Amino acid sequence: MARDPDRIIPLRHYGRWLSGGLVVILVALVVKAFAQGQIDWPVVRSFFTAPALVKGLGHTLLITFLSMALGLVLGLLFAVMRLSKNPVTRSVATAYVWLFRGTPVYLQLLIWFNLALIFPNVSLGFFHARMVDVMTPFLAALLGLGVNEGSYMTEIVRGGILSVEQGQLDAASSLGMSRLLAMRRVVIPQAMRVIVPSFGNEFIGMLKTSAMASAIAYTEMLNQAQIIYFINDKIMELLLVAAGWYLIVVTLFSGVQYYIERQFARGQSHELPPSLLERLWSNLFAGHRAAAAEERR
Amino acid sequence: MSAPGRPMVVVQNVHKAFGRNEVLKGIDLEVAPGEVMCILGPSGSGKSTFLRCINHLERTDRGRIYVDGELNGCRERNGRLYELPDRDLCRARTKIGIVFQHFNLFPHLTVLENLIEGPVRVKGEPRDLAVARGHRLLAQVGLGERAAAYPRQLSGGQQQRVAIARALAMEPKLMLFDEPTSALDPELVGDVLAVMRDLARSGMTMMVVTHEIGFARGVAHSVVFIDGGVVVERGAPEEVLDHPRHERTRAFLSKVLS
Repeated sequence: MARDPDRIIPLRHYGRWLSGGLVVILVALVVKAFAQGQIDWPVVRSFFTAPALVKGLGHTLLITFLSMALGLVLGLLFAVMRLSKNPVTRSVATAYVWLFRGTPVYLQLLIWFNLALIFPNVSLGFFHARMVDVMTPFLAALLGLGVNEGSYMTEIVRGGILSVEQGQLDAASSLGMSRLLAMRRVVIPQAMRVIVPSFGNEFIGMLKTSAMASAIAYTEMLNQAQIIYFINDKIMELLLVAAGWYLIVVTLFSGVQYYIERQFARGQSHELPPSLLERLWSNLFAGHRAAAAEERR
Repeated sequence: MSAPGRPMVVVQNVHKAFGRNEVLKGIDLEVAPGEVMCILGPSGSGKSTFLRCINHLERTDRGRIYVDGELNGCRERNGRLYELPDRDLCRARTKIGIVFQHFNLFPHLTVLENLIEGPVRVKGEPRDLAVARGHRLLAQVGLGERAAAYPRQLSGGQQQRVAIARALAMEPKLMLFDEPTSALDPELVGDVLAVMRDLARSGMTMMVVTHEIGFARGVAHSVVFIDGGVVVERGAPEEVLDHPRHERTRAFLSKVLS
């Protein structure tokens, strides 16, 4: 083939090859160290699907989803309150964020769990019970994690709402929409585009923070792993099993988040970004299709 | 032009300040049903604020605005004016359509969804009725084919025509236009003005804040010149535009027309 004098030869990135090679070597060394270290790999494998651990994983997922749901509901509610014209609702929301964002979640979990110390009995008119019976580790974990999450979600949602321009609210009002209807139908759907990435971040954070609920005897995954290694002394093995499961869940969730973000990107750009599968498909068959197009010509 | 009976809009001594900055200093005017009024004035003269006061997007500090015989934004009792709660403001706004300089279409909804949102959610109209009217209005503004598009996929001129259709979908008695062509590329202005001209011919009462002197001359029944928060001059287009009585109007027109 003749040389094309007009062709621009792309810059060669020798540094990238060099640093890439170094990284590969480092990873290989770490893997080798772990492979040869005093880790009983068959134990890791066998406990990966141990019923007790899988049950713990189920509890971790359950408390994560429920706490995030509670957090999101509280966040939406208090964010709208915080941006209200009413000074009373605004102050209530500000105080909520101040209180629950200002103290460690670990401490909040302990307070919820030990609530019986200040309120021995629960009485809601039709319902009477002892607090120790009501405030199970599950409920204490849900309230502790969810209410704390709500204070962070309030700020995330508020940021999302503020990212929507005033003109949208003007337009909604001019159609006769009340403030709440305008929020629900016009502002929040647009704010979601800004909220979802942070929400994903919070979700992954919650997945891991939920391990703190082991402090109040909630049987989530790390708690189960600890119970097992107290008995069989395979500490590292069980911690690696838990680490593996956390990474698997986070990986799966990142994929889900991609689709949710795509959903809320509607109308935001001329073309929607391709989905993961579409991208994979086009990468696999791009060369193939280009060749076919060439042939047809 | 002036139909018998009461005027569509009556404005009496309207004042409005942002903090210590007094923007409107006592505006009085009347608009008859079917009248097209163009409001001219230098930037910062308060004309946009005045327009937003009419459908109470801005609250006024003093004075009365009647739209279709109803006192807007407040209630008069024992000779005093009391501000109305939001619910009543919302109901009053459904009678007044407004078109904004920057369109303010809902970007997450398709063109058709933009048009049916108000009628369905606010007025509680059956969806199929609202959809039918939506298609009719889109055809009227020359965008019958773009019902399923999202606003961002349209040009500025097309977006503004959708915005006009969205306001009309509420079947308002009065249409306000806040510099509807100022954000458009020059070659797109004509399409929007043509839609407004058709609307004027159909007998809609319109108040238009604009810099389009040609539109004012050709379509408006009356022209108002606002400066410094007061009405400086008002009259038929040929009077105000060709034989302005006030020095301030003359100075403004010479700048705009040059």
